[in-house]
Amino acid sequence: MPGRIQSIERAAAVLRLLAGGNRGLSLGEISRSLELPKGTALGILRTLQHVGFVEQDSGSSHYRLGGGVLSLGTRYLDGNELRARALNWADSLAGRSGESVRIGTLHKHQVLIVHHVFRPDDSRQILDVGTLLPLHATALGKVLLAFDPLATPEYYAEGGALESYTPRTITSFDDLTAQLSLARASGWAADVEELVEGEVSIAAPIRDRRGMTVGAIGVRGAVERLCEDGKPDMGQVSYVRDAARAVSRDLGATPW
Amino acid sequence: MTQQYVAAIDQGTTSSRCIIFDRDGRIVSVGQREHRQIFPQPGWVEHDAAEIWDGVQQVVHEALEKGDITPDQLAAVGITNQRETTVVWDRETGEPVHNAIVWQDTRTDDLIRRLGGVVGQERFRERCGLPLATYFAGPKLRWLLDEVPGLRERAERGEVLFGTMDSWIIWKLTGQHITDVTNASRTMLMNLHTLQWDPEILDAIGIPAAVLPEIRSSAEVYGEATGFLAGVPVASALGDQHAALFGQTCFSPGEVKGTYGTGTFLVLNTGTEPVMSANGLLTTLGYKIGDQPAVYALEGAVAVTGSLVQWLRDNLGLIASAPEIETLALTVEDNGGCYIVPAFSGLFAPHWRSDARGVITGLTGYVNKGHLARAVLEASAWQTREVVDAMNTDSGIPLTSLKVDGGMTADNLLMQTLADVLDVEVVRPMVAETTCLGAAYAAGLAVGYWKDMESLRANWHKAAEWSPRMDPKVREREYRNWTKAVQRTLGWVEHDEQPQD
Repeated sequence: MPGRIQSIERAAAVLRLLAGGNRGLSLGEISRSLELPKGTALGILRTLQHVGFVEQDSGSSHYRLGGGVLSLGTRYLDGNELRARALNWADSLAGRSGESVRIGTLHKHQVLIVHHVFRPDDSRQILDVGTLLPLHATALGKVLLAFDPLATPEYYAEGGALESYTPRTITSFDDLTAQLSLARASGWAADVEELVEGEVSIAAPIRDRRGMTVGAIGVRGAVERLCEDGKPDMGQVSYVRDAARAVSRDLGATPW
Repeated sequence: MTQQYVAAIDQGTTSSRCIIFDRDGRIVSVGQREHRQIFPQPGWVEHDAAEIWDGVQQVVHEALEKGDITPDQLAAVGITNQRETTVVWDRETGEPVHNAIVWQDTRTDDLIRRLGGVVGQERFRERCGLPLATYFAGPKLRWLLDEVPGLRERAERGEVLFGTMDSWIIWKLTGQHITDVTNASRTMLMNLHTLQWDPEILDAIGIPAAVLPEIRSSAEVYGEATGFLAGVPVASALGDQHAALFGQTCFSPGEVKGTYGTGTFLVLNTGTEPVMSANGLLTTLGYKIGDQPAVYALEGAVAVTGSLVQWLRDNLGLIASAPEIETLALTVEDNGGCYIVPAFSGLFAPHWRSDARGVITGLTGYVNKGHLARAVLEASAWQTREVVDAMNTDSGIPLTSLKVDGGMTADNLLMQTLADVLDVEVVRPMVAETTCLGAAYAAGLAVGYWKDMESLRANWHKAAEWSPRMDPKVREREYRNWTKAVQRTLGWVEHDEQPQD
């Protein structure tokens, strides 16, 4: 049995130390606290910084935990926070598209709806915040599968078959994989009557300032309104992508 | 023909904004700029009116530029503003003679007591709808006339002009010295029935009529802008809460809007007659559109709602950001028997008890931080319930639905709790920027950009709706517990004056 690796133990100690304080720590403080030579501490910090587990404040040069560590455990961005930040943009997407808008985040191999704006026609609609939807049969889910590394499609192989909801639901892994590469290339995804017959959804990824995908925003509505010749209407696609970019900008993502 | 738009300038307490709207009431572009808060001594808050005017010009430029819109594409510009903040400027030079005194400023505390005399706070309520309090503009103006050397004499000679922020901006834009009925209704100087300055109050407070602007309706062309917006009609002015009422299209008696920010402002449309409150609400103007009869309103403010969430974040450190309150609250099923009454500086409407201080009550070993988070959200809901009950009693019109706006409407659990404790539908409209929208609507109506108020209603769309789901028995029990918790706050500050009712 191989022995313990000292540098990993030391790296763990650095992370624990940084997690304990609510402000950043200087190199000197870190090396004193852990009784490590400054050079050793700096080497560990630089390596952790390289893999995204530690960040350095550009002003004070103090070190603190990076987003990479946070994303290991709980989801980095709170769903309620995402809703608060996206509120105005989701409203404006509903206004421009004339359709209902939903924002979804990944929740244990499903899409959790964290925000819902009604279709602006004053018909009776029910708020479906909190609903869980399948990843492979919705535009929101496909976007998360395509752009969120934590939402890998592999688990389907372990869990068995892709469930079918309509004759158009994608049930083959190869077809799904092909669609996801297409989504990665084009920056958006759609479901055309794959969850509910007669209904179409279009979605695009929301990214934070590290470029990580933290959720998806999209519209959903009748196939007659959202599709042209069986293909998603490109005008609607551009509204969705504009909204996704606007929310991402608000979260600090650089425009791409 | 090129596309026409309407611009709204929102001169707020911490920032000025300009939002440009299209004919469907949708946001085209936004410009925003913050200004300095000046604190010369404890309790005093001032703004530099010249800095604010610079900021207003910049945000209008910014909004035009972002929307790729030229000034000749603006059918009208409307104004909404922080209320009660008081400016006095030189008629000749256009320079403010002193920093603006902001609505939160309490320097008129002693003056208010003296003005109340033997009658007390209610001395002018019958005429102006308001109790004597430090917020309102009239006493702030009196303070300036007393304290700035030579100002009273200059005021009597008509060399200086008074205005709230609407007047200051209209004057800068058009050269006209004008205010609207809603802003005038917050000075304590306007008679609610005549909608003119009340000579008796002016005499009692000691204000020379020569400094006062002309009171006009909230929606009419006050004049054409000169300078950078040359030729654009300046066509509306509404205090921020009144603009939100109008932007929410609460055009019928009985309709209520609630704006949820750091505090909460509830405004009820009471129709074309003022309703005097027997329950501690303010009687104010809703709006007045051109020659149509003025519409009155009852207003109830809750001092601490969103700021209680901030307190949980900043003072207790239980959450990292305000929206996380919902995440924390959802870790538990209910409040675990715990209630928080945030009477940080006494209780406002409908209690008006300055001797009250906040409590956390019902604590047992079982209560955890999730229960505290629930109690924080429920406090906003129950405080709303108390104001709504007062409104129902005063107006005799039972509430059927509440139209909400403001940052806290992003909190679904709070919105559901509101529906549960009020036992009415809670509705959020699609454009949350109802304050700017209200000013834009009023300006657009004045120039015929929108045909009538019905066409504005057609622009109003539900973005979300919450229905009551609470068992009536639970609601009754919880309200009883809340009321008990409120009782626990009373009489804490001993040296304070005896409360009046």
